[in-house]
Amino acid sequence: MDSEKRPMLPLIGSEIVKSTLTALWFMFLTFPIMVIKISPLDKTIHWRWMNLVYVGAGAFFLSFLWRYFMERKVQGARADEDGGWQKRAGQRISTDRRIYLPGLIALGAFVAIFPFLFSSYQTSIMITALMYVMLGLGLNIVVGLAGLLNLGYVAFYAVGAYFFALMNHHFGLGFWFALPMAGAIAAIFGILLGFPVLRLRGDYLAIVTLGFGEIIRLILENWNDFSFGPSGIAGISRPGIMGASLTLHQHTIYLYYIMIVMVVFTMIVVGRLRNSRIGRAWIALREDEVACQAMGIDKAKTKLMAFALGATWAGFVGCIFAAKTTFINPSSFTFMESAIILSIVVLGGMGSIMGVVVGAFILILLPEYLRAFSEYRMLVFGASMVLIMVFRPQGIIGGIRQHYTFQRKPAADAGEGGDAACA
Amino acid sequence: MEYFLELFFGGLTRGSIYALIALGYTMVYGIIELINFAHGEIYMIGAFTALIAASALAMLGMDGWSLLALSGVIAIIYSAAYGFTIEKIAYKPLRKAQRLSPLISAIGMSIFLQNYVLLAQTSDFLSFPALIDEFSFMENVTIIGSAELVIIITTAVATAILTLFIKFTRMGRAMRAVAQDKTMAMLLGVNVNRVISATFIIGSALAAVGGVLISSQIGQINFYIGFIAGIKAFTAAVLGGIGSIPGAVLGGLVLGWTESFATGYISSDYEDVFAFGLLVFILIFRPAGILGKASSEKV
Amino acid sequence: MQPVLDVKKLTMDFGGLRALEGIDLQVNRGEIVALIGPNGAGKTTFFNCITGIYEPSGGDMIINPPDKPAKRINKLKPNTVTESGLARTFQNIRLFQKMTVLENVMVARHCRTRSGILGAIFRGTKTCAEEQEMVDFSYRMLEKVGLEGYVNDLAQELPYGAQRRLEIARAMATEPFLLLLDEPAAGMNPRETRELDALITRIRDEENLSILLIEHDMKLVMSISQRIYVLDYGKMIARGTPAEVAADPNVVKAYLGETFDA
Repeated sequence: MDSEKRPMLPLIGSEIVKSTLTALWFMFLTFPIMVIKISPLDKTIHWRWMNLVYVGAGAFFLSFLWRYFMERKVQGARADEDGGWQKRAGQRISTDRRIYLPGLIALGAFVAIFPFLFSSYQTSIMITALMYVMLGLGLNIVVGLAGLLNLGYVAFYAVGAYFFALMNHHFGLGFWFALPMAGAIAAIFGILLGFPVLRLRGDYLAIVTLGFGEIIRLILENWNDFSFGPSGIAGISRPGIMGASLTLHQHTIYLYYIMIVMVVFTMIVVGRLRNSRIGRAWIALREDEVACQAMGIDKAKTKLMAFALGATWAGFVGCIFAAKTTFINPSSFTFMESAIILSIVVLGGMGSIMGVVVGAFILILLPEYLRAFSEYRMLVFGASMVLIMVFRPQGIIGGIRQHYTFQRKPAADAGEGGDAACA
Repeated sequence: MEYFLELFFGGLTRGSIYALIALGYTMVYGIIELINFAHGEIYMIGAFTALIAASALAMLGMDGWSLLALSGVIAIIYSAAYGFTIEKIAYKPLRKAQRLSPLISAIGMSIFLQNYVLLAQTSDFLSFPALIDEFSFMENVTIIGSAELVIIITTAVATAILTLFIKFTRMGRAMRAVAQDKTMAMLLGVNVNRVISATFIIGSALAAVGGVLISSQIGQINFYIGFIAGIKAFTAAVLGGIGSIPGAVLGGLVLGWTESFATGYISSDYEDVFAFGLLVFILIFRPAGILGKASSEKV
Repeated sequence: MQPVLDVKKLTMDFGGLRALEGIDLQVNRGEIVALIGPNGAGKTTFFNCITGIYEPSGGDMIINPPDKPAKRINKLKPNTVTESGLARTFQNIRLFQKMTVLENVMVARHCRTRSGILGAIFRGTKTCAEEQEMVDFSYRMLEKVGLEGYVNDLAQELPYGAQRRLEIARAMATEPFLLLLDEPAAGMNPRETRELDALITRIRDEENLSILLIEHDMKLVMSISQRIYVLDYGKMIARGTPAEVAADPNVVKAYLGETFDA
């Protein structure tokens, strides 16, 4: 910290030395894996020296950035100047009708005509993105609000998908009947799974849910009589409208609107839950379990509700997924899928609805449209999870708490607009 | 009987590898209470580095035990370096963060490393050279191969050295002190950062040993081997009582035998289900593990 | 009249260690009772036993709520204890840091309200009325402790003394008949402590409840409590009015002994 008094030039010099050392270290570290490539067929070595240059240059510059952001983080913790204006701006945008209403109308119009502006393919990608929005919001209930790190979320997604697929295959059950039932079945699974793991501490809970998720996938893969094993189930029917026969393009458009309705529904539900008696209990549980219980909240019941509700949403999306692709097999439900949903929540902001929406669009649409980037998609997911945790644990858009105003308002708080408890 | 013994030694071999990886989990958890989710990836990187080093050295004309030793040492050095670096990047800045933050960071790091190897190398399985030669005196033994024997002995030796290290050296004492009470250890002049780094380095080195040995026995690797091995080794660590070194070894062996006998006598389709099932079972019914003590949170 | 809290022969063992041994303690209706003792005497352990965080190894803990039958609370879970009318604060402040001040208090209304998930989603009139009641009640509690100016601030942004008062408001929101305060004055300056003194007495009078507090600040203890219990090494070494306790040779020994050893 005494560096402030030193003259400028040696300071820059020492920074360059630091970055050079970092670069050398990373060049050493990545040397075998980045530079050498063994070709297994003819037993020759392919030397990729350029990679070493890229790593060195990259590490050199990134280490400056790393130290700069680290310094800012340390100072930010002290001064707390950052976040202040963002929070106020967020509050303004979300409370001032004159600001958000026109934006909302424009967005609504765009969303409504989207399938007619873009191709069937684009609409289909958008449906996928919306499915991840729903999955993210569902997981956000469990992870973001209740603070229970569920690494096996994809299991409930699989339950929903397989429920619809099997019911459709064996009994010809239609989409609209299956949808609520898939949610309910997933909720039951959530309770069954949640019940034994409630007593566990946070990190153990994460691992147990991961174990459960893998078990369910392995069972689906191996229990051929029940799930048709790795070959999966094909020919699942798409959602229909009162017996009308639709073309593939029309089906896609129809599904798009279903998804829009579902996503809006989900956002309203999660938004309302967050500022309800139950939602506050979840957040309190996340913040401090002991204090939460001491305030009269039943820990087990509250956790179970979060688990079950999160699972319900995964069940819904699972059912929609099966109807969209008309084919499912266990490889759609690996741990990586859980990790993607988790990184949507983490990137967007745990506990934040807008954050999850933005996070899902970034993580799902970006790799689709930047083809060059799609190869690096999981690499970037992983790196962004680390970087978000280190530099911005609240995510891109942190959760905004409900703002209350009172008639007997104290002088200090005067002049701010706000809403009542149940607006 | 012979089938039983085969399964027994097969389980012992697997268990030894789980134990080697589990030691890293248990040491890190003991000191900073973090499930180092990327630990499996360290093991995978150890195996890859050994494969690359061995292939390169073999082309230079090296073979036999010297090839195993040299590529093993290179793998150990690199794994240790990765472990050290990962801690500095992904965990050290989060020491004071909420409990779940480092775990999420660890998951991110794990995904990153998997894909780093996938992109820089290949997604295919690579055949790993059989670095462990057949012993001549083992010719007539059918229940256990030479590679298995080497794995079991190496694990025993590594565990013994680690135990002695922790019991008798200065760094070992410092590690135990930090595990007990980080703040107090710091006040007494222990360099906590250095202890944590040392823990990651040692744990990673052990994982590399496991990676080299098992790859040499199985004969092929890919970027994904760390995930399953990592989860299983974590199961072993929890099974024995996380934080306890003899516990990690015991847990590894119990898991190895469970898998070996269950696949041998019940069904080989569900090999991983047995491991995950055991993990879920132990965490729910005895989270403190076989050798661990139940602890309660201070209010 | 029955004491609102009647603890008989309470014993708590941790493994081989006996943290509390045969503790008898009563709190009568409308009383302010203090539990004092050197560090590590077992005061917080005692609180943790009463509030269900630990299950005691032996003895009885009986409560007599004003308008309900007496109840043994030995095996109750923490949330059930709170529901029965005991509420506590924590020595090392345990607020919900990322929630606003008002929400912190509203969380404590949980056990006095009923609306569930469906209510939250559809927001019927009943849920809305209940929600409004929660807001109003919580606001009143904040007014009582003088935090009405901070309703929308995050709990973690509050100054230290205000955090302690928020803990009190939060505990009060569960509508207890007995309030348990664990070192409410810890870390406060003399002026804040004087204000706290007035606050505790006022709460007792206005809300018509009883208070049991753990405290190190002797001035505060002597001025507000009607009776004092003294705990040392898990045993009750003295009890009585402030004057009696101050004159007790055992107490003097326990405290002076601590000073000299330390």
